[in-house]
Amino acid sequence: MAGIFLIGAFVISLWLFFNRNTFVNYALLILYLALLWSLGIYEYHHLNVTELEFFTPDSLGILMLSAICVVSIPAFYHGYRYIATGEETTPKSRGIFFAAMVLLISACSMAYLSNHIAVTWIFVEITTLSASALIYHHRNIRALEGTWKYVFLCAISITFVYVGILFLSLSLKQAGVDDMSFGSLYQNSDKLNPFWLKLAFLFIFTGFTAKLGIVPMYTAGIDAKDKAPAPAGALLASVLMNLGFVAIYRVYAIVAHTPLHQWADTIMIISAILSVFVATVYMTRIKNIKRMFAYSGVEHMGLVMLGLSAGGIGVYAAILHVILHTFIKPTLFFQYNQIYSVYQSKSIYDVGNYFKYNKAGALVVLLAFISATAMPPSGLFVSEFLIFQSLFEAHHIIILLTVLVLLTLLIWGFGSNTFKLLFTPPISIDETKIPRISPWESLSQYILLVLSVYVAYNPPDMLVTLIQNAVKLVQ
Amino acid sequence: MTDILLIALAMTLLYMSIANRLHTYLRILVLQGFLLFGVTYLTLTHINTLNLILIMLETVVFKAIVVPRFISYIIKRNNITRETEPYLPNFVSLIIVTLIIVTTILLSSSIKDTNLDKTYFVVALSTLSTGLYLIVSRKKIITHIIGYIIIENGVFVLSLAVGNEMPMLVNLGIMLDIFASVLILGVFFVKIGDVIKDPDVNVLRNLKD
Repeated sequence: MAGIFLIGAFVISLWLFFNRNTFVNYALLILYLALLWSLGIYEYHHLNVTELEFFTPDSLGILMLSAICVVSIPAFYHGYRYIATGEETTPKSRGIFFAAMVLLISACSMAYLSNHIAVTWIFVEITTLSASALIYHHRNIRALEGTWKYVFLCAISITFVYVGILFLSLSLKQAGVDDMSFGSLYQNSDKLNPFWLKLAFLFIFTGFTAKLGIVPMYTAGIDAKDKAPAPAGALLASVLMNLGFVAIYRVYAIVAHTPLHQWADTIMIISAILSVFVATVYMTRIKNIKRMFAYSGVEHMGLVMLGLSAGGIGVYAAILHVILHTFIKPTLFFQYNQIYSVYQSKSIYDVGNYFKYNKAGALVVLLAFISATAMPPSGLFVSEFLIFQSLFEAHHIIILLTVLVLLTLLIWGFGSNTFKLLFTPPISIDETKIPRISPWESLSQYILLVLSVYVAYNPPDMLVTLIQNAVKLVQ
Repeated sequence: MTDILLIALAMTLLYMSIANRLHTYLRILVLQGFLLFGVTYLTLTHINTLNLILIMLETVVFKAIVVPRFISYIIKRNNITRETEPYLPNFVSLIIVTLIIVTTILLSSSIKDTNLDKTYFVVALSTLSTGLYLIVSRKKIITHIIGYIIIENGVFVLSLAVGNEMPMLVNLGIMLDIFASVLILGVFFVKIGDVIKDPDVNVLRNLKD
């Protein structure tokens, strides 16, 4: 199935790229969604069966694959709305947009399933390529700047990961093994040379932070999510970050079975705290709505890393947090296009009274705000609470307090901007020009938000088992 | 002999830190390509011939000919001035690059691993760090790209150190080289030339909070 999916995705994306016919374009997208879902269902029923030598659907891979299956449907729908209502869209730019989107989703899906660090690395390269095509969609100087920064930083980040892989191979040399699949690395983790393993972890971790979106390499992701069209930004802010998480998680799982466990935890905690700090600093003074959403992602991934490094229940919570975040963050980005069509601006100074102009959309913003800040009944509340519990149990009291203070500030910043958008009257607005927005366009956002609450408070047994199996990788 | 070539590679870094003109950078890139060609031939003695030929072709054709040629084409096409425009005086740059090399030597002396030839490690790491330093200390986008290519050369040296056991990794490195260079140079810099006429990095400084 992995082979069929790879070939199918490649053919579809190539066809989308060259196709100029509207009907064929949308038919191909539906075909691709069917292909993606059949991959998801097939792999779920063939858990841990290796395909094509390099792809093993383990629990973590299946979890992320199902999340991408869910998110890709609204992403394509909103992509379709975005392209259909866009003024400058030509059949050519539409072709590039959807081809890049298909390529991005396929590369992420295959990277989740890959069982070999080099294969993961190759698919991460492909995501850089497709993401840069998405960011450059508008073909103007700002988009160019965003793309340029993203491409350059990602090029450096994948070079870092490559150096990390080289160091990993040096540490394997001592064990006398030359198979670099994750399975073999887990098996031989006690024989690895600790010095090289340390260097390898540092480089690989730093490299993948560009995808995960935490300190030190978070910057390019922010510009990318800001400049990419919102439906693409939704993918960059969810499934692409998950890719970074999966990659770091798998490498961390190698280190977790060695004496370097503590050391790696410290590195991750430092990076996580700095991420939450950076997100707080920017979110309390940010005036660009889209960047605000992007920084919220930095905060959440910081929390995920905290949970992962605290251990115990924290690892379970971290995976749950990632999945719930995948449902919640895209809703904000999908909603952004409606906000923009009302105010024609992304600055917080130009918006306000959103409830008056678009009730269904404003309610989504309010609910998504509650969800993204992890206030009950948000699904993220459960996972965040568990992360804090794990920090408490691991005796990281000072870290816990720092994070709580930072989060309070962050919620204040996020909240004051969101309430300004929702309730304060805008300074100047021409109400005759405001388009009427159909409430149905917000439907997918409601479904995603409800899904996140449902999954958190009433998790299906299948989900719990999968997460528990994924946790076993590191514990 | 390998050591001589590698040390020559490290010396090019020192020269690069004081070079004033972009064309000097390009000549150094060409020289580095040929040095890497020699190192590849001398180091990878245990891999199959076809693969060796592929890797050596990559070093000569890609690193020593195509990339420098293409950058020089970009410089002409976009009328980029010939100055490298460093933020710091050349003397300071020289000191910093020297310090980088000395630090990597000290770092490598703390490694107790017989599996690795330390010359590779020293040269690779100092090339990598010098590339990063050039990126942050030069103003133009084109010098950032040159800095990135130097980083790739450093990484390539490191991949040679494990090349005999795992030729797959060297091939991956070549993929990285071609992929990243094509992405950055081919697709992208041509576009930058189309959209903006000023090759100065300062025009791409508007995205902030």
